[in-house]
Amino acid sequence: MARITKEKVKHVANLARLEFSEDEMDMFTKQLDDIITYAEQLNELDTTNVKPTSHVLDVINVVREDEVRPSLDREDTLKNAPDHEDGQIKVPSVLE
Amino acid sequence: MSIFDHQIKDIHELLHKKELSVTDLVEESYSRIKEVEGKVDSFLQLTEENARQQAKDLDQVLTTEGVKGNLFGLPTGIKDNIVTKGIRTTCASKLLENFEPVHNATVVEKLAAANTVTIGKLNMDEFAMGSSNENSGFKVTRNPWDTNRVPGGSSGGSAASVASGEVLFSLGSDTGGSIREPAAFCGVVGLKPTYGRVSRFGLVAFASSLDQIGPITRTVEDNAFVLQTIAGYDKMDSTSANVEVPDYRVALTGDIKDLKIAVPKEYLGEGVAPEVREKIEQALKTLESLGATWEEVSLPHSKYANAAYYILSSSEASANLARFDGIRYGKRMEDTNLIETYRKTRSQGFGDEVKRRIMLGTFALSSGYYDAYYKKAQQVRTLIKQDFDEVFKKYDVIIGPTAPTTAFKIGEKMNDPLTMYATDILTIPMNLAGVPAISVPAGLADGLPVGLQIIGNYFEESTVYRVAHAFEQATDFHKQKPTL
Repeated sequence: MARITKEKVKHVANLARLEFSEDEMDMFTKQLDDIITYAEQLNELDTTNVKPTSHVLDVINVVREDEVRPSLDREDTLKNAPDHEDGQIKVPSVLE
Repeated sequence: MSIFDHQIKDIHELLHKKELSVTDLVEESYSRIKEVEGKVDSFLQLTEENARQQAKDLDQVLTTEGVKGNLFGLPTGIKDNIVTKGIRTTCASKLLENFEPVHNATVVEKLAAANTVTIGKLNMDEFAMGSSNENSGFKVTRNPWDTNRVPGGSSGGSAASVASGEVLFSLGSDTGGSIREPAAFCGVVGLKPTYGRVSRFGLVAFASSLDQIGPITRTVEDNAFVLQTIAGYDKMDSTSANVEVPDYRVALTGDIKDLKIAVPKEYLGEGVAPEVREKIEQALKTLESLGATWEEVSLPHSKYANAAYYILSSSEASANLARFDGIRYGKRMEDTNLIETYRKTRSQGFGDEVKRRIMLGTFALSSGYYDAYYKKAQQVRTLIKQDFDEVFKKYDVIIGPTAPTTAFKIGEKMNDPLTMYATDILTIPMNLAGVPAISVPAGLADGLPVGLQIIGNYFEESTVYRVAHAFEQATDFHKQKPTL
């Protein structure tokens, strides 16, 4: 059952902000289909009423006092930005 | 014989008696690196200038104040997904080729406070995704026991550098076996602590509900020394556990009389190579001779762990890696507009395995598939955790092999992701459950190391160390070294 089609891979690639050549598209379609087919074995298990685990420890809502503390300084923060101007990160045009 | 064949406590004794200096230790590291690095390729970057200066400073401290701190003067390597202030941290990804962190990870701060010396940053699979180090964006680290074979992954550089005597210890990270599998393949000791035992602040996130930092060393005692230094609650990591850190050295008694061991039949079944099984059976005999008893048990959901893991870890990765878009840090491939810039940056910056996982995770989380894959995998995770809870009601530790085979050949599994994923089958369940596990050397099969895995209940690192130490003291496997 080929549930992963090239169309679907294109759609997911768009969501993930990735682009692929035709060859890569073929490769990922096949590999993702293999992996998803493999993952289908989870359906052998009846999980009705089983609570999902997102975190293994019993820690919930870790809170702290809302204290003012120094942040990284602006110069440091911008040090790794590929492009910046006037103390702000510069990005390509957002609007067409 | 190298000075690194000594344990930390013996090195400290020599420092104390002024028979050795920190500079000697650091020079030993760099001269060994000069000698073998061409064959092993453990490091992405060396920090020679800093290290030599630091050695001088620490030698000054040695003269005036003596050996100060748990890990005083010890040369160490840090996996390149742990951020180091002012020292390039790439996660072995082209996208982060020039990234220079502006702060230290908590573990790096703790090592600095314990007066260690950082020798360099270690190679890994890109963003810690892989089991062989072949997914590094820069180079492939080789197994010191046979340089045609992989060192394991993703902390391959961390394990290979310790095994080949380039550093005394290293830090790695383990999301599905990334400390334990390379430790097994390279014949060294690697611990994945309980989830939450060590702060992850400053560890570049792969799968946040699974990632954990841990030490790689030549001996169990040294491993306990390092964990002692890096463990504990950190207010900067809300997933770190506010649980007291015991004195791990107290556990190293050599006494395992009346210890109850569980051996899951699933861990010695199909897919486990006969030569690996044989070493584990021998190890059980050794443990029996020390007064422990063992029984076969079942962890019935083991076979589903891999499928659940790849869905969950990839889903978390697809969200965590969304931040690499070429805007705030990393390389930017500029295009006509913002969206195209994201696309180009990510497509050119990430390697194939990282893209595969992002695609898998994005798919599993996408509208219409979330319940069928992501939620289902989370439910299976619950069943896997319950398997462990059940066994730990009756037994002190669980024992099995760390990996189903010894180190495989470079290139052998690169064309088929599912075959590569199967190498993690014995290490993944512990990450899903969150329990601690160690890999210790259990002897050589055809000249390649086999790892014995000892798994404990939550926050029972002491028990894990006690058993590992008793086994180590009863055998000579940890003294075997590769010839390079």
